[in-house]
Amino acid sequence: MIRALRAIAGRDLRLALRLGSDTMMVIVFFVLTVILFPFGVGSSPETLAKIAPGILWVTALLASMLALERLFAGDYEDGSLEWLSLAPVPLELVVLSKALAHWLTTGLPLVVAAPVLGLLLNLDPAGYGVLIAAMALGTPALTLIGAIGAALTLGARRGGVLLSLLVLPLYIPVLIFGVSAVDAAIFGLGAGPRLLILGGLSLFALALAPFAAAAALRQAIE
Amino acid sequence: MGIGIPPGHMSYDPAAAPAARVRMAGREPPHMAEFAGEALACVRAERLVFKDLSFALSDGGALRLTGPNGSGKSSLLRVMAGFIRPAAGALTWDGATVTKDRETHGSRLAFIGHLDAAKPVLTVDESVRFWARLYGADDPAAATTAALEAFDLLRLADFPVRLLSSGQRRRLALSRLLAAPAALWLLDEPTTGLDAASVARLEAAIAAHRKTGGMVALATHTDVALPDAETLALERFAPTPALEANE
Repeated sequence: MIRALRAIAGRDLRLALRLGSDTMMVIVFFVLTVILFPFGVGSSPETLAKIAPGILWVTALLASMLALERLFAGDYEDGSLEWLSLAPVPLELVVLSKALAHWLTTGLPLVVAAPVLGLLLNLDPAGYGVLIAAMALGTPALTLIGAIGAALTLGARRGGVLLSLLVLPLYIPVLIFGVSAVDAAIFGLGAGPRLLILGGLSLFALALAPFAAAAALRQAIE
Repeated sequence: MGIGIPPGHMSYDPAAAPAARVRMAGREPPHMAEFAGEALACVRAERLVFKDLSFALSDGGALRLTGPNGSGKSSLLRVMAGFIRPAAGALTWDGATVTKDRETHGSRLAFIGHLDAAKPVLTVDESVRFWARLYGADDPAAATTAALEAFDLLRLADFPVRLLSSGQRRRLALSRLLAAPAALWLLDEPTTGLDAASVARLEAAIAAHRKTGGMVALATHTDVALPDAETLALERFAPTPALEANE
């Protein structure tokens, strides 16, 4: 099981490294949209500091969704998915391995980039630690929930639009608790419970998403 | 024709494999497996493709699927692989219905469809070795070398897949059959794009596979030597026009 997980995740990481496009796209999108906000809402440091947690989370959400469409599409289009589904491991494990590689290449960069962009938005110094923690705890949920959407929209025309419609509403709890954790830290309230809820959301997604996505993949292969 | 398949690499790592996979390896003790379909029917896009189709395959057996385009050869292979649930009838392995346990069934078979499942940025060696590792070969590196050797790809081992010709990609797909050994091979038009020498290599691989007790079901329009193969002409199971009108 572990061997198969390493084989699949290793292959996907290698593909991502050689192509490089997904990680770059996510990061460039994240940085560019965040940079747009000072132009849109004015560059007064107080205003920016006030809305910084919200901006960072909303743009991170949108950025992570960008790469989702390719999570299974490549394997679906070239027939690899059929072979993956025949491997002597449960399809749920295949989903999990691919989601892991996907998080490492698109979720982790967001976690790293968020504090840097926080500087740009004049985020309160008290918020950085919690921002990183909240992103690290919340982005796995984004990837896992997104995997369900990506599997469901395989083979659909205009799958990307459908994917956003399916996935964005499910991202809302992560957004709410992600932003409120950072706000709580800035206002000196305890961020702990909110971080715990974020972690809980990720664990919940971890328990549910592989099964849902695998069921959707079986439909897609048919 | 001597192709380089070391006898050891057809075995499985019992520690890494679920019990069902070890049983299906069919090596020691010699185990007679039987794969059969009974009165199968298949519906695709609300159209009946074939009905009342039965077949039986046992150790070392081969089944050649023939029929005009659209007669359901690919659909039948996908039913056999468990990708599609048959609309009627039963698919059994040693008498046990396979549609109930797709995972166990999947681990018994290798399926080569129209797509080559090749990633352009990986090298030939990496592509095959990935499947060898995933399918639990004892020694993925050796299994990969043997598989590439058998389809004359060894000298291209370090080439990225994007540089391969379509025939070479096809051979790459076929070499996974040997790197990730399975009891049942389901091959959909495996010779597309292959030259005569490569077809001979495929025939040799199939012969060696059958000699060790493996089974093959193969859909083709061209001549592929399959000694003692049963032929299943799909057009015989096409729904009658009257019945189709009722659908």
